[in-house]
Amino acid sequence: MIYREAGQFKTSYPADRAIFPIVQDRYFVAAIALAAFVAVPLLASEYWLVTIMLPFLVLSLAAIGLNILTGYAGLLSLGTGGFMACGAFAAYKLSTAFPELHIIGVFALSGVITAGVGVVFGIPSLRIKGFYLAVATLASQFFLVWLFNKLPWFTNYSPSGVISAPPRALFGDVFVTGSSATPEAKYLFALTAVCVLALLAKNMVRGNIGRKWMAIRDMDIAAEIIGIPMLRTKLLAFAISSFYIGVAGAMWAFIYTSSVEALAFGIERSFQVLFIIIIGGLGSILGSFLGAAFIVLLPILLSNAPQLIGLQIPVDMVTHLEFMIFGALIILFLIVEPHGLARLWSIAKEKLRLWPFPH
Amino acid sequence: MAERRFGEVILAVQDISLSFGGVKALTSVSFEIREHEIRAIIGPNGAGKSSMLNVINGFYHPQEGSITYKGVTRSRMHPHHAASHGIARTFQNIALFRGMSTLDNIMTGRVHKMKANVLMQALYWPARREEVENREFVEHIIDFLEIQAIRKTPVGRLPYGMQKRVELGRALAAEPDLLLLDEPMAGMNLEEKEDMCRFVLDVTEEFGTTIALIEHDMGVVMDISDRVVVLDYGEKLADGVPAEVREDQAVVDAYLGVAHD
Repeated sequence: MIYREAGQFKTSYPADRAIFPIVQDRYFVAAIALAAFVAVPLLASEYWLVTIMLPFLVLSLAAIGLNILTGYAGLLSLGTGGFMACGAFAAYKLSTAFPELHIIGVFALSGVITAGVGVVFGIPSLRIKGFYLAVATLASQFFLVWLFNKLPWFTNYSPSGVISAPPRALFGDVFVTGSSATPEAKYLFALTAVCVLALLAKNMVRGNIGRKWMAIRDMDIAAEIIGIPMLRTKLLAFAISSFYIGVAGAMWAFIYTSSVEALAFGIERSFQVLFIIIIGGLGSILGSFLGAAFIVLLPILLSNAPQLIGLQIPVDMVTHLEFMIFGALIILFLIVEPHGLARLWSIAKEKLRLWPFPH
Repeated sequence: MAERRFGEVILAVQDISLSFGGVKALTSVSFEIREHEIRAIIGPNGAGKSSMLNVINGFYHPQEGSITYKGVTRSRMHPHHAASHGIARTFQNIALFRGMSTLDNIMTGRVHKMKANVLMQALYWPARREEVENREFVEHIIDFLEIQAIRKTPVGRLPYGMQKRVELGRALAAEPDLLLLDEPMAGMNLEEKEDMCRFVLDVTEEFGTTIALIEHDMGVVMDISDRVVVLDYGEKLADGVPAEVREDQAVVDAYLGVAHD
């Protein structure tokens, strides 16, 4: 009833392939955008902005990147952490070597560099797939983190191996990195970047290249016979996916944490992003956001839940319980809805077309 | 049915031999396909029919022989080259992209017609015109195959007969000059077979497409094909119009067996 497309006729093909073809969807998205761009910076506390919204945005971006590779092109990767590290260290080297380079240029170039690294590690994908490819990308994960840890050149010979983001302004004195940047400025900058990149990703996956990727994912032999060039299309998936993950890594180091070491991009990070896309929904841009929200918010909810219901539990006990409940929830979730939150969302939309009437 | 005019030879295979290790799949097979004809390839199981199609579109590389396509002679085809020069095919076991909608599957058949690069697609507007033009063409195919109602349905959810039809649509989307159909009617009931026959005949009449098809239903083969080539154990047994082939003693022996005294 409230979510009915009755009377909304599409008279052109562009209208039919719009991202949000239904009017209710467009209102909903406008409301979300308004809340994200206006209400959140005005109302949210610094704690919310820095410890919840920023990691949510950065992880969403990384998840979009991995979703392009794994969810759309069907190439399983466990190298996300390594590619994030690549983006972070590329951004650090670029911004310290060329101080006059604009921060947007720094992020874009570090994405491009990561794309190049991703293409190199993606070459084996022509020959191997599935678990074997996952193991090959696992090698890139360990190699890249080891490289940034061992070669002091990457950290500008910092004895601790930690890189700190230099202060950079978007324009004038609106700093988005470094100690003088306000949480609101960081948040709005990250939000804008993530929204723009997500829109570009959505355009790709609903276009010709997205169909090529899904064709390779669903039936690679038929895709080859149709004439889709295997190597080029797979490497393009690696390049674009790595670009997104590289920018996410740079934003992690520069905007979210401000100072970071290579070990922060360990195998746990790869698994975290993989969980995000599995929980959110493989092959869905929306799912990348939903999954990231789930992964970021659930631990916070779990650690605050005992106080909310008036239980006094020791802190270490809470931490242990958090791990157990979190793991159990993920398993339960995958059994109940293997296609992720994005699928739940589309089921809900389907139900809302009729609700509250039975037919 | 009105008599169709056959054109020049579009594809000729000469002395094709293909073996996998010690197994000889094809032994010195030659035949040619003329423009606008429906050419059936028949034979008992394991005769090498599917291998022949795979050789034609470059998926298998024969050890001996040559393939002449549109006047150019090669020792073997490449899938990419075959696809970009107008050879499209369907598969014996449906090879659709199961996670994608009917529309997206058929759109994927048009990869060769779409030139916009990734950046243009990411920005949406530069690639919009191309996308809409190709969508219009695909909608013609959807109308032609009468599958409007399942346009947005993921093909994994469609019944078997519909999937076969969508696969034909995907092949047609490439605007092929030569269409290879590997058992398009396998596993269908009578009604579905009649539909599919109608589509195959309409394709040649409306688009002038040349068709090479493998089929086991002899009624269908004798009714719709213009010429038939018969394979058995990788060798060519007979070649000619359906009436001739039906009378051929070697063909009858291959299908029914020979009495041993």
